Amino acid sequence: MKLAVQESLKLVASDEKRAFQLAKNLGTGLDEREVKEVRSYYRKIGREPTEIELQTIGQTWSEHCFHKIFKSPIQIGKNLVDGLLRSYISKATEEIEANWLISAFKDNAGIIKFEETYSIAAKVETHNHPSTIDPFGGAATGVGGVIRDILGVWAQPIANTDVLCFGELDFPYSKLPSGIRHPKYLMKGVVAGVGNYGNNVGIPTVNGAVYFDNSFTGYTLVFCGCIGLLKNRNYVKSAKPGDILVIAGSRTGRDGIHGVNFASEKIGSNADKLRPAVQIPNPIVEERLKRAVLEIADRHLASAITDLGGGGFSSAVCETARGYGCGAEVDLASVPLSVQDLAPWEIWISETQERMLLVVPEPTLAKVLSVFEREEIEASAFGKLTEGNELYLHYRGEHLGRLDFGFLFGPPLPKLVAKTPTTKVAGKDPVKLFAQANVSNDLLAVLRSPNVASKEAIVRTYDHEVQGNTVVKPFQYPNSGPNDAAVIKPVPNSDRGLVISCGFNPSHGLIDTYWMAASAIDEAIRNNIAVGGRRIALLDNFAWGDVDKPENLGSLVRAAEACYAFAKGFGTPFISGKDSLYNETPLGEIAPTLVITALGIVPEISRCISSDFKEPGNSIYLIGETKSEFGGSEYFRMKHFRGGLVPRVDAQVASSLYRTMNRVLDQPFARSCHDLSAGGLAVAMAEMCFARMLGATVYLPEIQSGKSKLSETETLFSESNSRFLVEIQQGEEDKFEKMMKGFVFTKIGTISTNKLQIHDHAKKKIIDLPISECYNAWKGTFS
Amino acid sequence: MEGNIFLGDEFMQRERIRICVMRVGGSNRDGDIASCLEDQGVNVEILHLNDILRRRNLATYDALIFPGGFAYGDYVRAGAIWAKRILSFLKDDMRRFVEARKPILGICNGFQVLVELGLLPGFDFLSEQPQSALASNKSGHFECRWVTLRRNPRSNCLFTRNLPDLFRFPVAHGEGRFIAANKEILDRVVESNQIAFQYARGDGKLADSSYPENPNGSILDIAGLSDPSGTILGLMPHPEDAYWGYQLPDWTLGRKPEAHGDGYALIKAMVDYVEQAL
Repeated sequence: MKLAVQESLKLVASDEKRAFQLAKNLGTGLDEREVKEVRSYYRKIGREPTEIELQTIGQTWSEHCFHKIFKSPIQIGKNLVDGLLRSYISKATEEIEANWLISAFKDNAGIIKFEETYSIAAKVETHNHPSTIDPFGGAATGVGGVIRDILGVWAQPIANTDVLCFGELDFPYSKLPSGIRHPKYLMKGVVAGVGNYGNNVGIPTVNGAVYFDNSFTGYTLVFCGCIGLLKNRNYVKSAKPGDILVIAGSRTGRDGIHGVNFASEKIGSNADKLRPAVQIPNPIVEERLKRAVLEIADRHLASAITDLGGGGFSSAVCETARGYGCGAEVDLASVPLSVQDLAPWEIWISETQERMLLVVPEPTLAKVLSVFEREEIEASAFGKLTEGNELYLHYRGEHLGRLDFGFLFGPPLPKLVAKTPTTKVAGKDPVKLFAQANVSNDLLAVLRSPNVASKEAIVRTYDHEVQGNTVVKPFQYPNSGPNDAAVIKPVPNSDRGLVISCGFNPSHGLIDTYWMAASAIDEAIRNNIAVGGRRIALLDNFAWGDVDKPENLGSLVRAAEACYAFAKGFGTPFISGKDSLYNETPLGEIAPTLVITALGIVPEISRCISSDFKEPGNSIYLIGETKSEFGGSEYFRMKHFRGGLVPRVDAQVASSLYRTMNRVLDQPFARSCHDLSAGGLAVAMAEMCFARMLGATVYLPEIQSGKSKLSETETLFSESNSRFLVEIQQGEEDKFEKMMKGFVFTKIGTISTNKLQIHDHAKKKIIDLPISECYNAWKGTFS
Repeated sequence: MEGNIFLGDEFMQRERIRICVMRVGGSNRDGDIASCLEDQGVNVEILHLNDILRRRNLATYDALIFPGGFAYGDYVRAGAIWAKRILSFLKDDMRRFVEARKPILGICNGFQVLVELGLLPGFDFLSEQPQSALASNKSGHFECRWVTLRRNPRSNCLFTRNLPDLFRFPVAHGEGRFIAANKEILDRVVESNQIAFQYARGDGKLADSSYPENPNGSILDIAGLSDPSGTILGLMPHPEDAYWGYQLPDWTLGRKPEAHGDGYALIKAMVDYVEQAL
């Protein structure tokens, strides 16, 4: 067989410099070291590579597909880390040995046991680069892609999540470099894209966050998550040689070519030029695709499935074949096209959306095709799995390429060098700030701050009710106070609920990534606990700057170390994760950001608890230890002060507290619960008043921290982790206090009707605000 | 959760009832309404329009539901493509179905379809020229929230007869602002009591176009509209997502959800009507 080698593509015959140039001209994204490896491999097998082989190698070895940074050895100081994933993240999962874990870091999504016949699949993706270039399309395809990840384990999508980061909205237009988009423009497009896609496919968007920091100016972080319900008996993985490869969904076109390579490129004034690398969304095709896939799953008509995402056919076919120990043969002429002039290599790596790859045993092929036909989805057989370990590509009788999977999946891993980051603590917390505070004005200012203010205007453009299973909603009726987590009741005739929450704080990341990661894990877990969740699994999503810089890689290592320590400490395994690196703009690097998604179980939904104060006269308790921890806090942001100590986490104390909290919140005497996070005690207290427009009368306790006593300002606004406010039914305080023995807790006040009144240690009123004034401040920022 | 308990005879009768939930590509709340109907003990089938066209069996069903979603992407006016396909390929079957006075319920996208079909307000049976439309929300964006609704006590609508004066459903739509082609049509709708219910405030007064109580700016706060005979109902809010107590937005007040929300009464009324007609 003679392969179609192009005269102009003689990598082996050329010198090293020329070979690199040739690979670069093809847009493969291969670096010098990788081209060298390619040349030596082809020299060994005694031929030149073909164009499509080089493109396949470029796709497979891209950071987006292979995650080299998380797999390669890293030298940091005297330590050699044998891959971040292996040494920290998946290591925690292995050591926790949770018997309810079904699949972690192996499939398109992590899978955990839910009840007898059902499991839960979950995945969170980042779509930062595409959303920065084309906010609507990038965000929408981010949602579409993660939904297909869930379909890619045969699960039915039941909930979406989204966490979005933007620059601050008042950034002066005059300071924007040319070609850089204003945060308002990005936010408008991204929010519309997220809502449009999820709403159209009929999946409720139930949890997420919107965050603003100037380090994101000119850029956006878009974390899209999807949760699926999987019938255990539908979790089929039985592909074998001879099975047919079927492509279903949209016709392949020229969109998203080299998307995976562009994913690690820096964005500057070239934004418009990069637009063709962003894919085009069509949620209605996805809705039909979803129906067909779920029917095929229910009827067990296929032996394997995966989505076509980054790398298109190249990644989907090669990873699937290799995963089942097979080879693959592909006829690229059998792929339905939306534009007819695509070169075979373009067909092979196009990232057209709304496509799934199914592996189908020959006897059921006709049935599979007819299911797709009924849903008006085009589907075609285009190849098959083969014995052996090799990819074979052809097109209209032409032999385009042969690639050995052993070589393809063994990219040369770089040995990376990281530098221990210098902890960016700007001295001690500024005592002066606290001494001169006007806490009443400060509270209103923090409530108005975009990171604390109500995001109702954004979140209500997402459908969170469709499918009829949203038991605890993003906002609490009637006045839309914020809940800590969403609860879905996904199985008919079962009262079991799934609790979905998240945690992150990029401002922590600007100071200390280790404690940022610890805080994000604690926040995600305590949000879950606050609503009644338990048996918690985590997902990690990193968004970092240029990790070729040793100090950035060092800060990533520190965050990964914390992931290990705290996942282990809390006994909460990671089940899935994703990293997005090289996030930079001409204005600088983004704040290192780790988003943690937590999935918990509530055995009966009647154990769920919402964050709204229920009844005047009931007692309010503060649970957990308050310290003067203000690094990355909203209080400091409001005072334009960056620095300070990032809140710490004691996993041993916290996990013991959380177990007790589960028992406490199961009791009928617990009426409401809210976690303390951005804005601390003062904000949490106000937020609990909002839903039912109740008030609170609070007497601040004297809190000893080390040798000194905390000032009222510190008590009110510190963002120490592992804390809650709980409403206890009047007259039942004793029962509660008995259960809480051994933990730090204080009764700090009672619920009243319409005013937030807070007294200092001398019982002097330091805050006396109508709750409506607090509410208007909190609601006014986005409306 | 407490299920439905049917006495022997009643159950037998209900088992004979067949309800069709029609869908097309982009429909997405078909499962929500189907599960409520299953709970009512009737036979429910979710059928793609293409299947109905192939089987030609619309007449074998006792009621027809157009569920929520974004039919064919709603890339032109919401519901328009779906309606045109029905008018082109299923017009006679639809006409016979309506003439048999079998209930038809259009929720959200389904309401939009009924209006595009000319079945609502329904002065000009299955018309090519809709007399009204559900336009983009006044706010310009999609809106998901619980709303309070006030029943029109003079309505002859079979669906609303068991509902309390004030009740709550969630809305989730971007195009729900009811408008009429002209004043005569609107006057007729009002005079013939075809307004089944309207958006209201918590205290029971009409929303009077104020946001967010009236979430879309609908004229006269119209949220649900029936045909003159009362057997066809179109509504923007979602009774199927207010069927169970645990779907209510404030059930956590008492830590234990009630058995049902207000959607139960609406859906049960339809089933009861069919049962009596059998």
